[in-house]
Formats: sequence, structure tokens, C-alpha cells
Amino acid sequence: MHEVAISEALLEQLDRLAVQHGWSRLSRVWVRLGLLSGVVPEALEFSFTAMSPGTPAEGAELVFETEPGHFACAVCGELDLDRLDFSCPHCGGPLQLLRASRELALCGVEPILS
Amino acid sequence: MCDNCGCGNNDHFQVHPGPGAGHGHHPHAHGHDHEPHAHEPTGDWHAHTAADGSVSWHSHAGQDTPQILDANQREAERNRGYFRARGILALNLVSSPGSGKTTLLRATLERLQPRIGCAVVVGDLETQADAEALRPSGAPVVQITTGTVCHLDARMVAAAVDTLPKDGVRLLFIENVGNLVCPASFDLGEAHRIVLLATTEGENKPLKYPPIFHGARAVVITKTDLTKPAGFEIERARQAIAQVAPQAEIIELSARTGAGLDAWIAFLDRLLAAVGS
Repeated sequence: MHEVAISEALLEQLDRLAVQHGWSRLSRVWVRLGLLSGVVPEALEFSFTAMSPGTPAEGAELVFETEPGHFACAVCGELDLDRLDFSCPHCGGPLQLLRASRELALCGVEPILS
Repeated sequence: MCDNCGCGNNDHFQVHPGPGAGHGHHPHAHGHDHEPHAHEPTGDWHAHTAADGSVSWHSHAGQDTPQILDANQREAERNRGYFRARGILALNLVSSPGSGKTTLLRATLERLQPRIGCAVVVGDLETQADAEALRPSGAPVVQITTGTVCHLDARMVAAAVDTLPKDGVRLLFIENVGNLVCPASFDLGEAHRIVLLATTEGENKPLKYPPIFHGARAVVITKTDLTKPAGFEIERARQAIAQVAPQAEIIELSARTGAGLDAWIAFLDRLLAAVGS
């Protein structure tokens, strides 16, 4: 449910960016999520869609880029995965999470230029 | 939410200092005293023009990308600087509701308070029940009621800490709202996050809620007096913790029987020694 607070902050950033550059509408917005951002993309999409009417981001598509995390399997060695699944995709053994980012960042916008 | 900056801050939280705390000024901080701040993306934003003429603007990972929750992050860093300047060790205690945060704190304050100046900031959606349960210890306790918000944020903590005595506090416990999801996204400025896992919750919580467990300084397995009736397998829990938070110390205790509390207190003493006197 904290996705509402996150949408609010994101919409405000987009609004400022639009004012700064003279964009009246945006067609796409890119958000980069670290594997440990704690954000569920569907929940963020839902609150973003609900809260964007009347802002430059109304109707904009939200595109997620997930930063993979770095895991280790005792049998298969180290590997990068873009989901928090603690079993090895090769041997099914347990995985250890070595590092992953908590990033939650606005990383791109596509304005509608008229 | 904050109307000026959209930083996700909730204007409806209230801070309830204990009776006799401070000098009776601002019984509720309806905090909106943060300075105006910029949210403009800075740094490396640049435009790309596609073959069809559409233009998009981007920044790349690792560069100066604006974090969506950067307003909270800045406030958290202010808190961290305040704690460091005053030599206060701040710990963020997180867990699901009902895993024993308040009971552990009560037992901890009974043992520590005569020797080390402690203070508590406790967050819940409603009621001051937790603060009232902790006040007999003599430590200053501030209750934050968040209204409907599912986590504490750095600004709420700043407003609560503002009502604490300025001197004599060395160890600050921040008891977060019982929730294993949302508090993971909000830095409060603490030195360490401590996660509690009750034996009644099952062994695989760390695998189900990795963001909150990863990076924890310690995982405290609580209610060990219920290990058998709950059918809790400590070794499986230890393995799950090692998968998600390999660096975390694991402490097993029952605040009710007192078993394991010595190890917990020794752990806190070690953290305090690292802060210096």
C-alpha cells in the first residue's frame, strides 16, 4: 500500500519535469526498480493510473526496468537473476542472495511533442 | 500526502510524548516544517530521438538518477547526522504485527535502563497502548500514530525525536509499525535494522519478505518458549536467514521466560561500544 506514496512522489517529479521542459503530456515513463526496492510493479501501476488524471502523465504507459540481483549457488556458482527466487534455476538447490539494489528511480520519459 | 512536494509524507500523523516530557510545547507535531526542496532530476538527463521522430529523455544507472523517495532519504540522512553528533545508537525494530517487539522492548528496558539511557519511539496506526506498556520502565517513550500509513518515515521520526530529552539518551529504539513489507522502503536514519521473527510465524518468512531481511544487522527469533508447540524448526529458519541476510547475527530468545536475553543485551552492548561513549 506504500505504492500510493510512491506514485504521489513520482507524479510530482514528472509534473516538475514537464513544467521545466514545456511538455504538456507524456506518453511513456520508465522506472528502474532494484530487486530489493520493495515495490510490486502491478501495485505501482494501479496507483499511478488511478492518480495520474489531470497531470501530464495521464494515460502514460509505465515501463519497468528491473535491475537483477547477484546470487550464489553452492553447486553452480554465482549468477544474476531478476526475481527474488531462492532456488537455483539450474539445479534447484538453495540460493544465497549476495547483493541487490534498493533502487527506485525515475529513469526516462517520452513526451508527446505536438 | 505532502501537497507541496508530493514526497509521500503524511500530514495526519501525530506525536504523543509521554506525560511530563519536554516543556509542554507542541503536543502534536503536525509536521510540515521541512524546508522547500528541489525534486528536479539533475545530472545526466539527455534526449534520444528515435527513427520515427519521437523523443525520449533518459538517465542511466549509477549516475545521478533521481530516486523517487529522495525526500525521505534526505530526511533520513539528517536524522543519521543528528544521532551521530549526539552519540546516539538508533535501532529500527521491524517485524510482523504480534511478533513480540513491545514485549522484547519491555524486557530490554528493564535490564538496560538503570545502566544506559534508553528512549523509545513507537509507531502504530492507532492507540498509545504500546507507549503506555513501555513507560513504567522510566525511559522516555514517544508514540507516533500514523493514521492509516503502513510504515514510519524519516520525517515522523524527526518530529518524535524532537520531543525527547536532549541529553542522556544513548540508545534509541524505533519500534516500527508491524509490517514486513512497507517499512523496508523507508530509511529512518537508523544505524541498524533489527528484524524480529517469532517462532509462531514459520521458518520461511525471510524468503517471503527478502527486502526487509536483507541488510538486517540481526534477526531475533522470538517466542522460543513456543518453538515446540508451534512446530518451528530453528535450523530451517537459520538457513533461510543465511540465504537472504548472510551477514545478520541470529539471536534466539523468549522475552517471556528470559531465555536468551543475556545474549541480546550483550549484542546491544557490543553495538554501543562500537559507537563509543
